[in-house]
Amino acid sequence: MKILVCVSVVPDTTTKITFNDNDTTFAKTGVQFIINPYDELALTRAIEIAEQNSGSVDVITVGEPDCDPIIRKALAMGANEAFRVNAHAVNSIFVAQQIANHAKNNNYDLILTGRESIDYNGGMVQGLIAGILDLPIINVVTELEYKEDLIEANRDIDGGVETVSSSLPCVVSAQKDLCEPRIPNMRGIMMARSKPLTVIEPNGDFNYTQVEKYELPEAKTGVKLIDAENAESLIDILHNEEKLF
Amino acid sequence: MAVLVYAESDNGNYKKSSFEAISYGRDLADQHSTSCIAISIGNKGSENLGQYGAHQEVNINGDLYQSFNPNVHAKAISEIANQCDCQIIVFSQTYSGKSIAPILAVKQDSAIVTGVIGLADTSGGFKVKTTAFSNKAVAHVQVNQIKKTLTIIPNSYQINSYDQTAEVLQLEVNVSENDAKTKIVKTQKETGKVALTEAELVISAGRGLKGAENWNLVEDLADALGAATACSKPVSDMEWRPHSEHVGQTGITIKPNLYIAAGISGAIQHLAGVSSSKVICVINTDPEAPFFKAADYGIVGDAFDILPRLTNRINELKG
Repeated sequence: MKILVCVSVVPDTTTKITFNDNDTTFAKTGVQFIINPYDELALTRAIEIAEQNSGSVDVITVGEPDCDPIIRKALAMGANEAFRVNAHAVNSIFVAQQIANHAKNNNYDLILTGRESIDYNGGMVQGLIAGILDLPIINVVTELEYKEDLIEANRDIDGGVETVSSSLPCVVSAQKDLCEPRIPNMRGIMMARSKPLTVIEPNGDFNYTQVEKYELPEAKTGVKLIDAENAESLIDILHNEEKLF
Repeated sequence: MAVLVYAESDNGNYKKSSFEAISYGRDLADQHSTSCIAISIGNKGSENLGQYGAHQEVNINGDLYQSFNPNVHAKAISEIANQCDCQIIVFSQTYSGKSIAPILAVKQDSAIVTGVIGLADTSGGFKVKTTAFSNKAVAHVQVNQIKKTLTIIPNSYQINSYDQTAEVLQLEVNVSENDAKTKIVKTQKETGKVALTEAELVISAGRGLKGAENWNLVEDLADALGAATACSKPVSDMEWRPHSEHVGQTGITIKPNLYIAAGISGAIQHLAGVSSSKVICVINTDPEAPFFKAADYGIVGDAFDILPRLTNRINELKG
């Protein structure tokens, strides 16, 4: 059982977003970076499955050298080996192509990702990897079990849940509730220092899209307070003035 | 060249977001002086899609399409795109749309742009506005590839109305069971509930409601309004409500016309998921709750007192 987990390094969820260089780049100064929370779930579940089936877990990220300390955390959580494709993640196709290139030569049984990264929120990398490698995909998964050459997963669908099975190899993306994220212990942190982190150079530029600039959404102009005594008038305003129903 | 739009149905009814996507596709087609083709798969809705802007429509049906399978759906749509010379393919950003779009983009070697919230600017190239950083920012994305796959956020584009009937195209695709790759074991769906991502009106509550047993206050108001219900992260973490109702940065992002939040303080992670709602109303006992700064209307008061009174007022109005 050989598992690859794709990890993205993202700003912490409490980050206030600002931009530099005429609103063309995200201002990283003072921002704390973390493993994308959904990727952390994917990684935790991968480690659990590997432990139960004497397997191994590799992690891969596409990013610049400042990602290394965060990727070490993935090793401290229990991944066996890490790979970093040394490039700025321009768009999701570029990222998926780099990961697919690595996966092609390494015979993984399972490729796990988070359901989306919380910075660009594309949620496309898993589907693109499946498309490039011509593999089955189970997207947005809240439960994942490995059963002798087969996986079974619960995936979110609009208004419900579906149980899906697939042969291996297969691509799966993690949704909240998949598991409790594992917190590295001291032994894991010590061991992570000596685990291999291999840097791979990128292949191809795939500049199908690029972000030209960012802007912040318009702020609300100010709240109109309604006296609690008169709370019912809110409904009248929403009905008569805002015409919402 | 033409614009192809995926018209998603659920149990034989089109989703409202499909009509938004068709109107979006039609406006794009008009920009390029070309036609807009709608494609549905499996049991489709009964409406003719011409009224929302489609010039032509095609339905792919058969046993293989009775359940949702992203690999099968992507292959069918890709073959139709080739047959009709479609360079732009539009999806609504639903769970299904998000699963099909990337597989299709690989088959078509197209660019892929997600989180689209506005019509493309084609004056110099092809630029679209998308959400970024979990709704905390907007990105202007330049698309360099001739072929493009776009996914549009539900409730972010208007539904146009056209006095026309779409011509029905009879086309065949070559997709087999081997393309399915995965098997559905079982499906559980909550019926009769308004889907949160598509809902125009949403009533949401947080820890201020003190326990799962008090959620009838939220549900009563939602029922009176025909709204969907949502909750904050702590509420779903404590399992008062299912995680499918959790809105926020690590939950789902919604864009309803009305968002009423009771007993939610308004942490930055929660605001990220709801701040693009058109009208936000906040009910909180704490006048210093940060949510008031992001709200259009606010009531400083106790949700246990206010929510039932709002429900009563709606019922009075409905007579």
